[in-house]
Amino acid sequence: MSFTKTLIFGEEGLFKSETLTPMQKLTLRFVVVGLIYFGFVVIEGMLMRLYEVKPLPFISEPQFFAILTAHPLVGIFGSTYSIVCGAFLFLVPFLMKKPLWSIKLGNWTFVLIAVGTFVFWFSGFVSHYAPLYTLYWPLPADFSQFSVWGGTFFIVGIALVMVGTALFIINIFKTIAYTPEGWEKQPSGALLSSALGITGFNNLFRKNKKEHLVPLPVAAVARGSVDMALNTITILFTGVLILVYMVGSILGYDLKETAIDALLYKNWFWWGLDLIADGLVLIFVAGTWYLLAMMITGKPLFMQNIARAALLVELVVSWTVWSHHLLSDQAQPAILKVVSGEMVTAFELITQGLAFFITLATLWSARPLKMTNPLKFLLGGLLGFALAVPAGIMQADVGLNRILHNTQWVVGPHVHVAILIGLTMTLYSAIYLLFPILTNGAKIYSQKLANIHFWCHLVGGIGMGAFMGMAGLNGMLRRTLYVNGEFNLFMILAAVSGALILIGFLAFFYNIVMSVGLKGVLGIFTPAKVKTKDLVPQG
Amino acid sequence: MVDSEMVLTGQTIAYTIYCIVIILVVAWFTWKVTGSGNGKGVKPALFYTFVGFLAVLGVSLHIITLNTIPWTKMDLNRSDYTPDKSFNITVSNHQFILPAEKMVVNVNDKVLFDVTSEDLTYGFGLFREDNSMLFQMQVVPGHRNDVIWHFDRPGVYTIRSTEYSGPRGAAMIVKDAVHVLPENAAN
Repeated sequence: MSFTKTLIFGEEGLFKSETLTPMQKLTLRFVVVGLIYFGFVVIEGMLMRLYEVKPLPFISEPQFFAILTAHPLVGIFGSTYSIVCGAFLFLVPFLMKKPLWSIKLGNWTFVLIAVGTFVFWFSGFVSHYAPLYTLYWPLPADFSQFSVWGGTFFIVGIALVMVGTALFIINIFKTIAYTPEGWEKQPSGALLSSALGITGFNNLFRKNKKEHLVPLPVAAVARGSVDMALNTITILFTGVLILVYMVGSILGYDLKETAIDALLYKNWFWWGLDLIADGLVLIFVAGTWYLLAMMITGKPLFMQNIARAALLVELVVSWTVWSHHLLSDQAQPAILKVVSGEMVTAFELITQGLAFFITLATLWSARPLKMTNPLKFLLGGLLGFALAVPAGIMQADVGLNRILHNTQWVVGPHVHVAILIGLTMTLYSAIYLLFPILTNGAKIYSQKLANIHFWCHLVGGIGMGAFMGMAGLNGMLRRTLYVNGEFNLFMILAAVSGALILIGFLAFFYNIVMSVGLKGVLGIFTPAKVKTKDLVPQG
Repeated sequence: MVDSEMVLTGQTIAYTIYCIVIILVVAWFTWKVTGSGNGKGVKPALFYTFVGFLAVLGVSLHIITLNTIPWTKMDLNRSDYTPDKSFNITVSNHQFILPAEKMVVNVNDKVLFDVTSEDLTYGFGLFREDNSMLFQMQVVPGHRNDVIWHFDRPGVYTIRSTEYSGPRGAAMIVKDAVHVLPENAAN
């Protein structure tokens, strides 16, 4: 096929969007929008990397901090949430062998996350609302620095994402528990008990053990969704609180900021936010690793019962680790610093290490494996968390935190390596694995481009984390600017690494567009012609 | 004496070695898993040994730092220590308001920094002349934010806000604010 024909119709013209089921279209829409927002994040990241080397003339300082505020939120909600929601809305019914409870609700989740992300990104872009994702009280309500109208739209955008997330959670639990039309009545209570780990827990005290009714990856999605629900409540409550101050200001009432205790707020906020960082991300990732390992090898998971129990432990751990973010807050009680901040956090080394080992052992049991794209990206994802989790455990130490908190160490070897290498490469593995299933057998345009994507992303991500980490160990703070080039050597090297990630992403994006064609991409967003609740076309 | 520079050097060495080892392990695994093999499973004993190793590692890190990093115990039990000098600092409207007298201390002094915020959440950090960090803490409005630091060598330190407090926070720097003189030198 000629280049133009491939660009329009995709590789060998194999992708035909009119053959897609509504579920396939829904999932692909999530993935496409998630990848577009990932492109936003990569470009924003590059702009900030360059700005850290030398301020760019077309970006003002307030604009820089607005980008700094939007960057992680677009990454988490616009990109990761979109891809994760899309994947799990497909995989949970796929593994439960029944249709999704509501495709309509799934479409609402898609619209609310996509639109909500654009609303908060755009309001930050226009108004430079920049209280950062940490929202330390009373900064979000500091209208001497920020526009109250910009802030209002920003918070409304976040709230839309949260409503979309709530609909996703309802859809997941309903799908696990409901009885599809014409089916024999499903044991809803027992299914939910199995998904949430209650059956497994009760089995510890039973002579006659009950069998697990839901597959392990579904249990992971369910337990991660519990954290997602608690996080949604926390963020929505926080958003409403901030909105009260904003609406008050718009109406001419200056509400007293000291009415809210800044330390209590910080505890509340981090408790909720860690349900993402130390909860659903780690639980969802572990569940995805297990699923990928089983699908790649076609073998059962190594130590399946232990893996199930570990998911439950991880859930409890995620509710009690938040204090590691407050080790430098001197008013925070010492007992919370040591027990929650240090000891419980150290459990993440065990739970994540266990998931790492179980996944590798499952792969090992199926030797020799072919080096496919899903396998190589899965191994990259495993390496990412193996690098990032110990970095996090180190900074979650009372002594070390005194000299590491808020440095580039935290955001480099820990955050960026965890997200860019650990999480994103796991998601890429899932995308490569699901690609033929979701596209009814379309082929990847170029394996060379897939290899470029892999190596650029891996080397760029680790390089960026490493150079940011070196800057942090030399005293460079995060969330600020060094205008005299104090850390330029590290920042230039981090920018070069960031450029590699950008090249990798462009290679991947081009590869996907050439695989499905422009006509195919547009076709994903038109209404499905196949009217069915089935996940993939039958027959 | 062990100071923050030495702790960071130790951390850099330990983490770098770990990174090299884990990258090599994953590379070796990749080579083996895609090479020839018989699909033999992993023995559970190896798994339990690994979990035990992680448990020991996670807990021992904190026990080691508690006993080797000199400021950790002092930090957790600040009320048990009597400082040789105290400085009260206020932060308001993105400005550090320092004590009227110059902040000069002697080597081996234990110094209390008591920092109050009148509006936003800020940070308070001391940095060496090469921009590396000596220590930092958060400065939360409505709460006491105090840290005791044992200065074990002479130097001149710059104060910098270590927490984001809006775009104006980036300029919260007081150059050469704290002077640590050799022991017995006249103030």
